[in-house]
Amino acid sequence: MDKLWLILKREYINKVRNRTFVIMTFVSPLIFIGVILLIGWLTSVNNSDLKKVAILDETGENFTALFEDTSDYDYQNLESVTLENALKISTDNSNYGLIHITSDANSEVKAIIYSDDSPSVSFINSIEDRLSKKATEDKLVSEGVDLNMLENSRIDANVALQTYSGVVSSKASSWVKIALGGASGYLLMMFIIIYGNMVMRSVIEEKTNRIIEIIVSSVKPIYLMLGKIIGTSLAGVTQFVIWIILGLILIVVGSAVFGVEAFQNPASQDMVNQAQNTDQIQMIVNDIMQLPLATMISCFLIYFIGGYFLYAAIYTAIGAAVDSETDTQQFMLPVILPLMLSIYVGFFSVIDNPNGTIAVIFSYIPLTSPIVMLMRIPFGEITWWQLAISISILYVSIVLVAYLAAKIYRIGILMYGKKTTWKDLYKWLKY
Amino acid sequence: MEYALEALSISKSYGNYKALNDVTIQVPKGSIYGLLGPNGAGKTSLIRIINQITAPDQGMVKLNSEPLQPHHISQIGYMPEERGLYKSMKVGEQCIYLAQLKGMKKAEAKEKLLFWFERLGMQGWWNKKLQELSKGMAQKVQFIVTVLHEPDILIFDEPFSGFDPLNADLIKDEILRLRDLGSTIIFSTHRMESVEELCDYIALINKSNVVLQGKLNEVKQTYRNRTYAVSVICSDHQRAIRQMKSIVDVEPAEFRGLDNTTDMTIRIPEDVTIPQVLQELTSLGELTHFSEVIPSVNEIFIKTVREDG
Repeated sequence: MDKLWLILKREYINKVRNRTFVIMTFVSPLIFIGVILLIGWLTSVNNSDLKKVAILDETGENFTALFEDTSDYDYQNLESVTLENALKISTDNSNYGLIHITSDANSEVKAIIYSDDSPSVSFINSIEDRLSKKATEDKLVSEGVDLNMLENSRIDANVALQTYSGVVSSKASSWVKIALGGASGYLLMMFIIIYGNMVMRSVIEEKTNRIIEIIVSSVKPIYLMLGKIIGTSLAGVTQFVIWIILGLILIVVGSAVFGVEAFQNPASQDMVNQAQNTDQIQMIVNDIMQLPLATMISCFLIYFIGGYFLYAAIYTAIGAAVDSETDTQQFMLPVILPLMLSIYVGFFSVIDNPNGTIAVIFSYIPLTSPIVMLMRIPFGEITWWQLAISISILYVSIVLVAYLAAKIYRIGILMYGKKTTWKDLYKWLKY
Repeated sequence: MEYALEALSISKSYGNYKALNDVTIQVPKGSIYGLLGPNGAGKTSLIRIINQITAPDQGMVKLNSEPLQPHHISQIGYMPEERGLYKSMKVGEQCIYLAQLKGMKKAEAKEKLLFWFERLGMQGWWNKKLQELSKGMAQKVQFIVTVLHEPDILIFDEPFSGFDPLNADLIKDEILRLRDLGSTIIFSTHRMESVEELCDYIALINKSNVVLQGKLNEVKQTYRNRTYAVSVICSDHQRAIRQMKSIVDVEPAEFRGLDNTTDMTIRIPEDVTIPQVLQELTSLGELTHFSEVIPSVNEIFIKTVREDG
């Protein structure tokens, strides 16, 4: 045990002292924020383009009144010109587009948007909505309906959510659950990929440095393997904690410097809106409080640690089997495939139907269960025995996989110069 | 005799390949023991079993007459053929880490380390990273790592390969000094000149079997075959050789005398005595050279391996 501690300490200190690690720790949040700011800036630049759109209304129903200039679109009304001329004017002015509105004998309204760009779906929809609304109203008026009466007799219906046991939640709560589940599943996947790779690289490093034989003549390979996995994951946790702290600091600083607009604008513009916002925030906080938080946090820890260990053991075995990082590709499939699968199952099946057959099956398979379960848990409703079975399968598999990985590791670290195949791995398991 | 290390009837297979077949070696205390054999004979497999890196399928290893146990690793120092250290770690830190893995206390390791650093002229290396050192310097660090915990048994796999002559000499002297201080040393090598120079005992492993084992002198005794290098001052070489051929086998000499001598390597048959040969030689002229050709380890090695097939 003393030696495990020694190895663990060395791995940890070696990792956190590594220059690349330090740089990555402090620079990547900046890069991350920078990319977000860049995307935001690009989007705003993109949107601030004023698009000129010409309108040719041939219905005689005064549809042109529907189009008021906005900050994005500048509408220009063309009157008493032919379509040909309108097209010519539009191209000469290098307009974004021309909307040609006509109606047929059945007073059905038709419109064609002429444009060399492809107008966004929202733009087309908004035009359809406006035309349809006015045409409908016109029709209603012509049938003798009082529009005011129609408007006044509109009645809102309100659907609220409540569980059988009487817990009230808002419609937004599904989104909160998806966000929390998705974030923890995604976090685990990133953690596995980043630090699993780090463990693998450090195994390969010991092999290429040829120090491995000296180490294993002093300690059992299994201690070296465990020390490596734990030491590296602690370094990873350190990095994540630093990232979270830096992220919080950056958010606070960022909102103080740039955030004035983001936080204050809606308030000054629209008090009602703000009131709604606070309401919504309160609802979301409420929703979060109503989630099975204790279960979620303990399950998060259980699945996070379990999932990471399972994959880290596989990564160590891969590292031991190869001579250099370029040789790892052929063995990466069993790592990447289940990870991708869990994320896809999570986003496409779990969110739709948290207790569906697919979600349940994948939360029993040990390679996918950590991520899938992390995404299912916020939705509650997982029976305790499902959890128990899933966790038992996961931890039994960890022991099993770690045992097999240790076997491969023990042999692999002493094999040099020969390219390892799947067949070799199978043979080593039998030594 | 007291043995520091005994490997008894060791067998080890990897899949269908038998790496060691009923191998027994006994290493006397305080000796330098040469483990010889061609590449792939099984030397490294045996050493790994002694170091408890792998376990034998059959047989047992005894250390100071006790069956080998995990705690014994602190009594063995091993310098593998494939050498290396952590490149990005500092020399001092690294040596202390490796010594701790061998079970030493930190303070003790530090003290011993300072002694060795001074002894091998390495002051000022403590805070250097290994990647800043030259190859020769790194080899010194490697040697210190092997001996720092003062093990009873030191195992060197090809100790001099990759060392420059100066360092090789330095290391050789240190090995001899450690032997004199009571360590038992096992050499695994196929470089025969170092065996000749250092080893008291040898074992020759070929194709997973021990084919020859014993005290170096005694092994040589069994391989001596009454061969002598002789020179006489005699101007008529042809006649001299012809005359000698009548009583002994004559082969071309592997040396050259300084005077105008006839040089020969002769093999004396069992029924001919040495005085008879001497008489014959002196009759040819003044005898300047008469010495037994002792078989070199190299010859013994080649002969044994060839005969073994």
